[in-house]
Amino acid sequence: MDWFELLFAAEVAVGGLLSGVMYALVAIGFVLIYKTSGVLNFAQGAMVLFAALTFVNLVERGVPFWVSVAVTLAAMTALGFGIERTVLRPLANRSPMTLFMATLGLSYVIEGAAQLIWGTQVHRLDLGISNAPFEVWGIFISTFDLVAAAIAAALVAALTAFFRFTHTGLAFRAVADDQFAALAVGLRLDRIWATVWAAAGVVALVAGLLWGARLGVQFSLSLIVLKALPVLVLGGFDSILGAIVAGLVIGATEKLAEVYIGPFFGGGIEGWFAYAVALIVLLVRPSGLFGQKRVERY
Amino acid sequence: MLSVLTGGLEAARLAQPPIAARVPELAPESIHAPHSALALEGVSLSFGGIHALRDVSFDLRPGEIRAVIGPNGAGKSSLVNVISGLYQADAGYIHLGGRRLRHLRPEALPKLGVARTFQNLALFPGLTVEQNVAAGLVFRRRHGLLAQLAGLPGARAEAAEVADRVRDVAGFLGITAHLHRLVSTLPYGLQKQVELARALVASPKVLLLDEPMAGMTATEKAEMAAHVRSARDRLGLATILIEHDIGVVMGLSDRIAVLDHGVKIADGTPPEVRRDPDVIRAYLGAEAA
Amino acid sequence: MSVFSASVTGARLATGFSLPVLVVLSLGFVAVPLTASPYVLEAILLPFLALSLAGLGLNLLTGYCGQVSLGSAAFMAVGAFAAYNFDLRTGLPIPVSIVLAALTAAVIGLVFGLPSLRLRGFYLAVSTLAAQFFVQWALTKFSWFSNGSPSGIIAAPVIELAGLRLDSAVGRYLFSLTIVTAITLLVHRIVSGPEGVNLIAVRDNETAAKVIGVPVLRTKLVAFALSSGIIGIAGVLWAFTYLRTVEPAGFNLDRSFQILFIVIIGGLATIRGTFLGAGLIVVFPLLLGRLSAFAFDGLIDAGLIKLIERIVLGGTIILFLIAEPNGLSAILSRLSARLRALVRRG
Ligand SMILES: Nc1ncnc2c1ncn2[C@@H]1O[C@H](COP(=O)(O)OP(=O)(O)OP(=O)(O)O)[C@@H](O)[C@H]1O
Ligand SMILES: [Mg+2]
Repeated sequence: MDWFELLFAAEVAVGGLLSGVMYALVAIGFVLIYKTSGVLNFAQGAMVLFAALTFVNLVERGVPFWVSVAVTLAAMTALGFGIERTVLRPLANRSPMTLFMATLGLSYVIEGAAQLIWGTQVHRLDLGISNAPFEVWGIFISTFDLVAAAIAAALVAALTAFFRFTHTGLAFRAVADDQFAALAVGLRLDRIWATVWAAAGVVALVAGLLWGARLGVQFSLSLIVLKALPVLVLGGFDSILGAIVAGLVIGATEKLAEVYIGPFFGGGIEGWFAYAVALIVLLVRPSGLFGQKRVERY
Repeated sequence: MLSVLTGGLEAARLAQPPIAARVPELAPESIHAPHSALALEGVSLSFGGIHALRDVSFDLRPGEIRAVIGPNGAGKSSLVNVISGLYQADAGYIHLGGRRLRHLRPEALPKLGVARTFQNLALFPGLTVEQNVAAGLVFRRRHGLLAQLAGLPGARAEAAEVADRVRDVAGFLGITAHLHRLVSTLPYGLQKQVELARALVASPKVLLLDEPMAGMTATEKAEMAAHVRSARDRLGLATILIEHDIGVVMGLSDRIAVLDHGVKIADGTPPEVRRDPDVIRAYLGAEAA
Repeated sequence: MSVFSASVTGARLATGFSLPVLVVLSLGFVAVPLTASPYVLEAILLPFLALSLAGLGLNLLTGYCGQVSLGSAAFMAVGAFAAYNFDLRTGLPIPVSIVLAALTAAVIGLVFGLPSLRLRGFYLAVSTLAAQFFVQWALTKFSWFSNGSPSGIIAAPVIELAGLRLDSAVGRYLFSLTIVTAITLLVHRIVSGPEGVNLIAVRDNETAAKVIGVPVLRTKLVAFALSSGIIGIAGVLWAFTYLRTVEPAGFNLDRSFQILFIVIIGGLATIRGTFLGAGLIVVFPLLLGRLSAFAFDGLIDAGLIKLIERIVLGGTIILFLIAEPNGLSAILSRLSARLRALVRRG
């Protein structure tokens, strides 16, 4: 491989890593909910769509940017609380699989409702971030991707700080570790769940804005859950660090595979390649790279 | 051909007069003697920082009811779980069927003649009592899915044998009347009986009972104790019995091992254990005081 | 066999069928062909039969054996395209092609079921998506599967049995009904026999099952193979008797979820529930369309109705999970019990 090819490979890898950050961003929304309530929330993608649609429609109606952000945030919070009330609370103490299926139903409801309210047209979303590539050591990097990665990193840092240092965050961790004990010391599970769903809503908003700016805001935005799921299983459902590492791994291998392996298959392998990578790793580590290995008690 | 299933042989076993359970006394150092039904040799197990078992040696003679007692978290269940291959010991060996094993595969248990019950009910709620008990015989099945679907004579005969065997055991434990009910609709005490039936149906040589009487009423406990005893008397089973009720344990067991914080602190006949100062301190402390 | 079969309520006739089953069968085989309009056959009964069968296959895996799969549509696609190719390339009679297609789907199901030996719960559920995306990709990418058709569209052959062309709606309906009936009986036999004990034991308590010697791994693989094989045949019916022109894109994730919803709405681990669930899933959008056409006089456009359909469907799933986790089957049981009580009182 000559120098030029190497440079090209590096460029592909960097591009992959940056979109990996975007995958991780969606996956983190899942992790938040999984950690505290043991639910794999399939509706996370629908929430991303809902947030992006709401935001873009507000902006298009002339609402100032930051006001739109605030209103969307409020809407996502309301959605989180609403879900806790109408879906989670009646299903408390039911099996995680039942809850998962409920979130599947939820994703249909949210997707349908988002489009019913805001229409089905495709919206362009311009966040004012330049898309011009710039050069570092001969590698071209998209400015947008870099900024998006930075925003994602900031969000992760904020979440980590939140979990480490705030009272509510510590309560989350207590719930994640042991629901019964948390109940016993008087933590209000319903509030914590509602808050966590609202937090996942915030993550969905950020993901929705960044992905929406990339792909346009439309129904297919909710399909990014399918990109996030392999990241999630690869990293382990309950690890934010896992989501990030797995996002990077999958982002990079996917792009490299597309360029170097794809042609042998006639291309288009990105639909399943991430799943293949995740599966191979899972066969060695059944609860992902960083997932807590639950030792069952008998 | 290992057609152990032949109802005749099993029926004969069930009908045998009580096997003299009192095996000659063994010196403590002959732990790994060939006539123990099961033995642990220096088994240690830890979870992260918690030492569930520390260098535990333990033997079980044929026809013996061997109680394991100790406070909550002492490592009793862990001991049984190591024997049944659900936990892997960090060190030590398991002696079973004349072999010295580092680790057992749980799948291999029934063929090694080991059956167990669980501290928390481990039945199949979606099945009837009859099906739950019959599940204990699946490991002997010789006819596959296709033979069953084709209704081959062999498969039918096997099904009939299974039915007979299930009925025998149900009769023995007095649960015949409930055979066709969904097991999840039974009261807790009966469910415990069904779990015992599922273990006994396999005609094991070694029976591991993890708190079979927990949460039962006094009458139910007495009934369960009678079953455990008569199973031993009739089948010559070697039984490990984990139980918190000291009264039951003293009355039922031939020997008692006491665990505390993963360490075996005493081992002997009920009177010996009752007198043991370590035991009194660690375990019976509250009652002795 | 009697040992293992759950206690059966209701009268059993000499044939071994219970009365309600006989009534449904005679309605299906005699009354419907005589009376049903082509619309009812084409728009309701043919998709109903294919989806019921798919639901039955998934219920075997998810309801009885407890392994959640999100990739059912992939096996429908495998079945459809395999039968198409066997028919096209071997010239064997259609029933033989269908059996071979079922075997193909079963083998592929077995391969995608291998992770179940190691993975549990959500990790397994997500990994079944691999089947969904891989199969759809392969069928679109390699035009060999569709005999050179660029977007993978295939036109199903006309079903011919012993020189009889089953081209009409009634003919295809009877063909489909026969297959569905036969497989339903087979599944009933499986789940009420010893294998049913294995399946439910693995589902209810895998550890206990393992310790008492239930062959857990084998049982899971059998469940995956059987389930995929049955879903594969459902795919054949979907392609050969219902749509007759299919493309890989039609077997997408939404279809997989639709099959899962059939099982949830009908009730896990019940055969009749699966049929009830499939009935609801097929009829409900038609009703909604009719209703809105009637109420709003066609003012609501089709796109909007699709959205409403989505919302109501999702809501229905949630509602069932909350209010009746045992599905339509349980509701039917309650209704018939109440009916019997009424009749007895006179
Ligand atoms: N799967 C596991 N993972 C982590 N720790 C475990 C596990 N199983 C047991 N332990 C720990 O090992 C120790 C011994 O537990 P074990 O269940 O054997 O106690 P026990 O004597 O059966 O108690 P009990 O009377 O409450 O049933 C305890 O501290 C327990 O918390
Ligand atoms: Mg215990």
